[in-house]
Amino acid sequence: MKDASLFAQQFTALHTVRTKAPLFLGILFTATIYAAVCNLYVAEDSVLYVSTYTITLLGKYLCYALLALSVDIVWGYCGILSLGHGAFFALGGYAMGMYLMRQIGDRGVYGNPDLPDFMVFLNWQELPWYWSGFDQFWFAALMVVLVPAVLAFVFGWLAFRSRVAGVYLAIMTQALTYALMLAFFRNEMGFGGNNGLTDFKDLLGYNLLSDNTRVSLFVISAIVLALAYVCSQLIMGSKFGRVIVGIRDAEDRLRFLGYRTDYYKVALFVYSALLAGIAGALYVPQVGIINPGEYSPLNSIEIVIWVAIGGRGTLYGAVIGALLVNYAKTKFTAILPEVWLFALGALFVAVTIFLPNGIVGLFKRTSLNDGHDLGEQP
Amino acid sequence: MKNSKIKVATTRQSRLREMFRRDGAWPWLVNRTEPAVDVSHQVLLYIESLSVSFDGFKALNDLSLYINDGELRCLIGANGAGKTTLMDVITGKTSPDSGLVYFGQTLDLLGRSEAEIAQLGIGRKFQKPSVFEAQTVYANLELAIQSEKNILPTLVARFSPEQIDRIDQVLEVINLKDRGFMMAGALSHGQKQWLEIGMLLVANPRLLLIDEPVAGMTAQEAEQTAELLVSLAGEHTVIVVEHDMEFVRRIAKTVTVLHQGSVLAEGSMQEIQENPDVIRVYLGEEQ
Ligand SMILES: Nc1ncnc2c1ncn2[C@@H]1O[C@H](COP(=O)(O)OP(=O)(O)O)[C@@H](O)[C@H]1O
Ligand SMILES: [Mg+2]
Repeated sequence: MKDASLFAQQFTALHTVRTKAPLFLGILFTATIYAAVCNLYVAEDSVLYVSTYTITLLGKYLCYALLALSVDIVWGYCGILSLGHGAFFALGGYAMGMYLMRQIGDRGVYGNPDLPDFMVFLNWQELPWYWSGFDQFWFAALMVVLVPAVLAFVFGWLAFRSRVAGVYLAIMTQALTYALMLAFFRNEMGFGGNNGLTDFKDLLGYNLLSDNTRVSLFVISAIVLALAYVCSQLIMGSKFGRVIVGIRDAEDRLRFLGYRTDYYKVALFVYSALLAGIAGALYVPQVGIINPGEYSPLNSIEIVIWVAIGGRGTLYGAVIGALLVNYAKTKFTAILPEVWLFALGALFVAVTIFLPNGIVGLFKRTSLNDGHDLGEQP
Repeated sequence: MKNSKIKVATTRQSRLREMFRRDGAWPWLVNRTEPAVDVSHQVLLYIESLSVSFDGFKALNDLSLYINDGELRCLIGANGAGKTTLMDVITGKTSPDSGLVYFGQTLDLLGRSEAEIAQLGIGRKFQKPSVFEAQTVYANLELAIQSEKNILPTLVARFSPEQIDRIDQVLEVINLKDRGFMMAGALSHGQKQWLEIGMLLVANPRLLLIDEPVAGMTAQEAEQTAELLVSLAGEHTVIVVEHDMEFVRRIAKTVTVLHQGSVLAEGSMQEIQENPDVIRVYLGEEQ
């Protein structure tokens, strides 16, 4: 009697958050506040000073961490290997970029109040219809989540309903992001072609180059990452999350238990794409540019490697992987840029062979727990 | 294969036509309650002239079978006789080339998805034990328990006291009482088999399809399984596929022998053992 009630208690989403969120949130917020304070309130010649360059870099890492989290949700928990999440990230980024473009107004090189520079350059007379509304922040913010979500829904509906899975699905997601890259490279598409969108001035009236704005964007990225983390832990700690893990391990079984697993996969895919879109939208104002290179199939593969290195199916593993790998990338590309891809490849191979559960797997007790250590004996 | 595709297309067309009839309400506006299973003629499962072929090979060949409500039926037959394929068809995994499968008088099972069929009250235990290895025994039972299986209810699902009691009872029955927090992957083969049976029990289906339940079990475990299955009949209807003749002899009232995709013989164990056809093709081989 006692056991089952204990289990009912343990198997609530709230319990999962209570056990898994405090440490993560504690470290994240301590680091964030420390960096922010040391940038804004410490003199520049002090050893404690954190440069604005570093702040922006950290903000960028946090966006990557959110992106990795979104991939872990589908791959680590549900076994859907998406090699196209860069597409959702870039779509969110473009939606934000379009808003930032419209905010430039007549401060562009050509001084045209209605048209972004690249359209003037192409001799366009008026704004394409799909740019309308993007001068409003709320509209752009809506599109940041809506566009990736709708694309994920359509793609997921077609793929999961016809039971495409595994390698075939991975290839389809690569094709998806590749096709988008080719499309966005074209000038006629009206997204700035090769150069993408850049030269942003301000966001909601705040100058994007000021320290205050940069620190704010960094802090907002941390808050959004924290919210996404808690929300995702809540979802994965619910019965829904256990259905998702069940799909990963024995999808057939769930169907015969009466679950429409394709619906579950579509819903999870949409949620994940939406997080990736938000990550892209936070990324663009911090790095100051979005171009079709973000759709490159290689980018999407890198995200999966971050997750594999950090450890699948824990959420925090993905975050750790994204932070570590990108830190290493920054260091490496400063010294030996040509070697980076080889180093990443080697690291990936090494982790796959020696640490199948990634870096966080080193600290976990049992390997069977893979992604689901909810049920440990209390 | 081709046949079934054409069939799907025509049912789609007729569904479309159905949608524009003026005298009917649109299905999504009607409060959907699945009709209850109608067993007014005592038969729970009708299978008629069922044929399934894989690349020209007939796995089921004009097979007809009727299962009464509350019955415990054993299906036997050599490897490759089509027993698992038959279960695949009943549960919606495989769509047949021709034939009929009805659940009660009114519910046509063909063309329904696995999930729909499961929700009508047909549970299945696979030949190879299939449990959620990376989750605890409790979580396995939680996933199986009779409940709303749609996304939103699942997101906010909480246990009711009845569900907790039910899980407790079932854990007792399947002898895993003190292993609730263990990962299912860490169980022995026989325990996994039982967990899967437990998953059927908490789901409380009307019809249980059980494929080779005692493979990998010790003699004592097999004995307990036999008792369990016998006790289930009556309230539930049970179809058991088994190779172990000793086991079949112990539980069966009626036995159906499949051979090359059709029914070779049917009757009590006594009659089956004396049937010359059966002796020739099946029992003969074994001895
Ligand atoms: N998906 C499939 N594709 C091709 N052949 C199959 C498939 N499933 C079953 N078969 C064949 O159909 C026959 C019947 O198989 P099955 O129903 O598993 O037999 P049983 O369970 O009675 O041992 C076997 O010869 C098997 O090889
Ligand atoms: Mg079989």
